[in-house]
Amino acid sequence: MRYERPETIVQATHLLAEADSNAFVLAGGTDLLVKMQSDGFEADLVVDIKSIAGMGDVVEADDTFVIGAGVPCAALGENDALVAAWPGVVEAANLIGSTQIQGRCTVVGNLCNASPAADSVPALVAAGAKAKIAGLGGTRMADVLDIPTGPGKTSLKKGEIVEAIVLDKPLARSGDAYLRFIPRTEMDIAVVGVGINLVLDEGGAVQSARIALGAVGPTVILAEDAAQALVGSKLEETALDVMAAACSAASHPIDDKRGTVEFRKQIAGVLARRAARIAFDRAGGN
Amino acid sequence: MSFDAAFQNQNFKSVGTRPLRPDGVDKVTGRARYGADFNMPGQLVARVLRSPHAHARIVAIDTARAAAVKGVKAVITAADLPDLSNGDKALFNILDNCMARTKAMYDGHAVAAVAAIDEKAAKQAMKLIDVEYEVLPHVVDVDAATEPDAPILNDAVFTTGIDPAPTTASNVANRSEFGHGDVEAGFADADVIVERSYRTEQTHQGYIEPHACVASCNPDGTADLWVCTQGHFVFRQNCADLLGLEVSKLRVTSSEIGGGFGGKTHVWAEPVALALSRKAGRPVKLVMSRDEVFRASGPTSATSIDVKIGATKDGKITAATATLRYSNGPYADIWAELGAMTSFACYDLKNVKTVGFEVLVNRPKVAAYRAPSAPMAAFAVESAIDELAQKIGMDALDLRIRNAASEGTRSSYGPVYGPIGIGPTLEAAQAHPHMTAPLGTNQGRGMACGFWFNFGGQTCTDLNVNADGTVTLAVGTVDVGGSRASLSLVAAEELGIDYQDVKAVVADTGTLGYNDMTDGSRGTFSSSMATISAARNAIAVMRQRAALTWDIPVEDVYWEDGHAKAAGAKYGNLAPLSVKEIAAESGNTGGPIAGHSELVADGAGVSFATHICDVEVDPETGATSVIRYTVIQDAGKAVHPAYVEGQYQGGAAQGIGWALNEEYIYGEDGRLQNPGFLDYRIPVCSDLPMIDTQILEIPNPNHPYGVRGVGETSIVPPLAAIANAVSNAVGVRMSHIPMSPPRILAALSRQKGE
Repeated sequence: MRYERPETIVQATHLLAEADSNAFVLAGGTDLLVKMQSDGFEADLVVDIKSIAGMGDVVEADDTFVIGAGVPCAALGENDALVAAWPGVVEAANLIGSTQIQGRCTVVGNLCNASPAADSVPALVAAGAKAKIAGLGGTRMADVLDIPTGPGKTSLKKGEIVEAIVLDKPLARSGDAYLRFIPRTEMDIAVVGVGINLVLDEGGAVQSARIALGAVGPTVILAEDAAQALVGSKLEETALDVMAAACSAASHPIDDKRGTVEFRKQIAGVLARRAARIAFDRAGGN
Repeated sequence: MSFDAAFQNQNFKSVGTRPLRPDGVDKVTGRARYGADFNMPGQLVARVLRSPHAHARIVAIDTARAAAVKGVKAVITAADLPDLSNGDKALFNILDNCMARTKAMYDGHAVAAVAAIDEKAAKQAMKLIDVEYEVLPHVVDVDAATEPDAPILNDAVFTTGIDPAPTTASNVANRSEFGHGDVEAGFADADVIVERSYRTEQTHQGYIEPHACVASCNPDGTADLWVCTQGHFVFRQNCADLLGLEVSKLRVTSSEIGGGFGGKTHVWAEPVALALSRKAGRPVKLVMSRDEVFRASGPTSATSIDVKIGATKDGKITAATATLRYSNGPYADIWAELGAMTSFACYDLKNVKTVGFEVLVNRPKVAAYRAPSAPMAAFAVESAIDELAQKIGMDALDLRIRNAASEGTRSSYGPVYGPIGIGPTLEAAQAHPHMTAPLGTNQGRGMACGFWFNFGGQTCTDLNVNADGTVTLAVGTVDVGGSRASLSLVAAEELGIDYQDVKAVVADTGTLGYNDMTDGSRGTFSSSMATISAARNAIAVMRQRAALTWDIPVEDVYWEDGHAKAAGAKYGNLAPLSVKEIAAESGNTGGPIAGHSELVADGAGVSFATHICDVEVDPETGATSVIRYTVIQDAGKAVHPAYVEGQYQGGAAQGIGWALNEEYIYGEDGRLQNPGFLDYRIPVCSDLPMIDTQILEIPNPNHPYGVRGVGETSIVPPLAAIANAVSNAVGVRMSHIPMSPPRILAALSRQKGE
């Protein structure tokens, strides 16, 4: 196995582009290193991107936050401005693994590992986050929603690296939240995850909503019908009922070791209802 | 010298105190040496190839390509472990489980193994072992395996314990029955009858340290094994039998142990490592991965149990029956039998009958798990008792007290009890503030009782008094829960010296006589008895040395408070001699001072516990939190109360995991879906409340200090206590363990008629 630690993103993309097969990007390593311990896994090339300038930074500009691909999730929780702006995104990132894992794992890694149960992804999708992607031909932007294409699969082309997540500064009267269900209290993997971002109008009713569901399909699901059900409401019970039912309907889970279809569909509605109340509260709704 | 093990009431100086364990600092600083921490020069790395099929005939194995890989020093199959069992079925089953001979019986069954100079070569070789399988139909479910159309695992298994003997092969290996009285007549006398079926899923002991060993077969025909085990003498016997070695030529050293809970009482990797070393001519280290631990070691039985209990309106149980089907894995054992014996052991019953069926399934061989088989039986019986109390309209605690066994009761499994603790634990529960604490919304309280036999067994101990007056205590029972501290307290108590002056070590098989393994909650019970005996023998020697020093008859020297003292007025001017003083002169008075003991520790007192549990269930998600938990258990005498409490808490913690989330999940293909701690969910710290404990001390008449084993009983009541609490919280009887959120939510939906 070859280990490379390039110092520029251009070198990194070239290394990946020129690799024959079994090439992996190493950031926090909390997924990759675990995989490498199993007898069936083979890596020919590992490209460690943590020495590339900027990868470890959270940059706050006038309109955006840019989170580098090497930023550990724990660092997000220590960035007061980010916590104030996108508390749901930060909460999701700080649910991954354990305290020790959070010191290494990254949201970009969480996204590119493409697990349907990734915690940070529904929160990012609800927040309308974009991915900044470096490749041989330069840099492009893509919606986070469009990165995962199936379990373990992404839309990234050979040689491409997600170098940062870009979050717009939140609009006035907005709030986000993420909740997941796990059978234990921590150190577990989402059976269902729900990210919600609400923007209220001046009258305190929901003006626009984004609801993203995790672990109930092969990729994160943007539940547009469910979001629509909240628009114009102040989270009255009827609106929440319609929204919860729409979340259940949008869920297409499978029966597996982590839960049944029936359970997951039901929980998607329950969590969406609870997350909506938190987001509404954060947006200043009452 | 004859040793009187009878209980003698006394005031203790050391026993009952709570000093730090001698192994503690090394364990928390990472210096302690566990199974994988031992290394030898030139050692090879081993890897085991395992069947991906739940049931498959091994048509052919070709190891030639693997053996040709650079760096590979040995590749073995069953052919390298010839059958030396000589008609001993139990031994053959151990052999077949270590390395499949004609058929792979479960997903994860070992079929070949490799030893190479490094991991890379071993991994590469694994991929080049060509195994031709003929995949056979499989069955993993305990009930499905007993159906007439189930695939038969073993054509040579005919159900025993049935008259007349059956003529067709079956997956039911044995039927056992216990009880007394006339249950039909008893049910006819009942005003109220509860009848229900229960299921529990298969769980793993979940020890954090995987199985690990280093094996070295030496050119002179001797062999060494360094291994993480609960019983190095038993491992020596098993390995010697399987490899055709003389017992004296195999020296086994036990490492520190990162959890065993019964799972490290069985050999898996060790004979394989020895066979690899024998073939390669070099030491071999074999460390199982977590995936291998789940797929090929450990688990307890999955069960299916029917219970029927009848009682009069005033709460007297008139009859009780239980039918228990326990999965055994592919090899017949006595797991259902143990369940059948323990089911109703807490109660004084006129009419009782239990029947156990050992069921063979294509899952890993079942291993002991802390009071093996009792938790599932207690879950079924104690759930039925709870339901019975509700049906009668009586408090469940009062119902249990009304029917509790006591001294002189003939137990449901046969023996008549001596002094026992079930009644006192129930009365302590009744008086405990937990029982009357208020409950909030969505909360429920449950309680349950549990029983375990406990075991004594063969024990051998050496106590050496060093020249500086300190003492080295060599024991042969592996320390799984603080027994070195407890045994040091016992030696200090007998000799009248400080705890700090005793150093207890676990001796290897070459330096001490045979010891049964640390199972059956016997470690502290049996080795403390042997330590008392050895200490008293050492005291006899020290009295002789004092007599010699003083030149008086030994009969006139007595032992008190750590000193030899001259009896009577005629030696009035002789100052007492301390252990230190006698030891310092030992070179001039007859040489080293030591006490030895070998005994069979009979009379392990049976053990009872009562647990109380409060839970809160989220009715929208089915998630359960245990918010308060209390363990009340009889210890006989708590030698080291902190470690007794640790045992109580540990058993409860494992029971909570078993009750709520832990289970083996198999796919349609018969493959284990969750062989890792991510999806096999043992509780993490934040899943547990602080577990309160109350130690009762009802002396065991068969131990000088009254000690009973305490390690296992604490896992018996939790499944039932939590199930009763959850059932009471949600208003639906939960009869399937684990009560995972999907199961609870489905039960709530069924109740609502959705």
